[in-house]
Amino acid sequence: MTVFARAVGAIFLKDMRAEWRSRELIGVMLLFALLSVLVFSFALELDRLARREAISGVLWVTVVFASVLGLNRSVAQERENGNVDALLLAPIPRAAIFFGKFLANWLFTAVIGALLLPLMTVLYNVTLASLPVLGLLLAGTWGICVTGTLLASMTLQTRVGEALLPIALLPIALPLLLGTVRATTGILTDAPVNDWGGWVGILLGIDLFYTVVCMAFYGVVVEE
Amino acid sequence: MTAASPSVAAASAPNHLGRLKALTAVTAVAFLLGLGMALAYAGTDAIQGNVQRLFYFHMGAFFGAFVAFACTVVGGVQYLRTRNVKWDTFALAGVEVGVVLSFINLATGSIWARPIWNTWWTWDPRLTSAAVMVLVYIAYLMVRSGIENRDTRHRFAAVYGILAFSSVVFTLVVIRIRPDTIHPAVIGTGAQDAQGGFAMNSSMTTTLLLNMAVWVFLLTPTLMWWRIRLQNYADRVTQRKIAYMEQG
Repeated sequence: MTVFARAVGAIFLKDMRAEWRSRELIGVMLLFALLSVLVFSFALELDRLARREAISGVLWVTVVFASVLGLNRSVAQERENGNVDALLLAPIPRAAIFFGKFLANWLFTAVIGALLLPLMTVLYNVTLASLPVLGLLLAGTWGICVTGTLLASMTLQTRVGEALLPIALLPIALPLLLGTVRATTGILTDAPVNDWGGWVGILLGIDLFYTVVCMAFYGVVVEE
Repeated sequence: MTAASPSVAAASAPNHLGRLKALTAVTAVAFLLGLGMALAYAGTDAIQGNVQRLFYFHMGAFFGAFVAFACTVVGGVQYLRTRNVKWDTFALAGVEVGVVLSFINLATGSIWARPIWNTWWTWDPRLTSAAVMVLVYIAYLMVRSGIENRDTRHRFAAVYGILAFSSVVFTLVVIRIRPDTIHPAVIGTGAQDAQGGFAMNSSMTTTLLLNMAVWVFLLTPTLMWWRIRLQNYADRVTQRKIAYMEQG
């Protein structure tokens, strides 16, 4: 367990350091997310009531596409300089490599989402910046990044490459999206907890299931 | 070339064409019997009328697809354990047959919904997840086709096929736990907002059971068997081509 934890920590810190020096991922993801939110506000022309119903969709679509951008870059960076081979040669469990990469991706995506909450609160005049929504954001991005990290490792080895990740990821992430969007809308419309609490349970269950499955399969995906 | 040898072995094994043809004949007869019972024997629904008869195929197609996709999971797990190509072929057959049956499920549901719900399609959680289920498996086929290396293709397909099954489970479960779907549950208790549910008398129950049995135990295995046979021939052609090229 300590070997596992230390390996996860080391890979996570490596990604943090690389990002701190290049500021490549966060910059691209944040700019994309900002543009997406602005484009949505023009495209939907929402009135005050419609906003509360539709805003969680805007938030989640933006977060998912920003995460796809980040996941593709994050996994491609490892391949470009052959670092993934070095990681695989190291005497550490494959699941630890996966979990370290995943944690870094999750942190980036969650940071982008967390930055969007106050911004959208201001722009759309809907109280998104609240603890329950932040909790949902952490749970939703967890599942998206855990499947996304695995699928990006697969799709980047295909002929179509980066374009295949959204196609492979979106349908797999749909149960997560449906749960988070419904629960977020429930919170925003002040619906009783009974109406949307079930979705939170589904969300957490799927998170757990995907985490176990993806950690188990990463070794199969990267074997040579 | 070692990776290729199992598929050659599978293809050159006795191919059971006689048994497959017999199974196909039985399936055809049973299918026509099920169709005849759905059209003539089962009682007409007092409120919905004849359009309710679509339901026998609607449900049969869904559970046929369910079995086919479950075969993909079994094929994927077995491939990862044994690395025998025949399991990958099994999984692929499951996906293709399952996609076709899911389309039948969506089409019959849509035709039924037009008079009953007054719309071809509605963005209900159940319907949406059923549609996404089809897209997941189309994505499976795209992931497959994008990988040139055989071993990598089989490995990734196995992993994605197992992950994709979560959408099938989700589609099945969502009707039971979500109170805001309008899709009726004919067996067991459905959602309180469900529209278009109906009670069945004994002739309708018999027809449903027979059709379910035909779609799950006969139609799906028959289609998959033909598909596996086709894939074995395709693999053999590829092997011959490679052998020819190597000879120069």
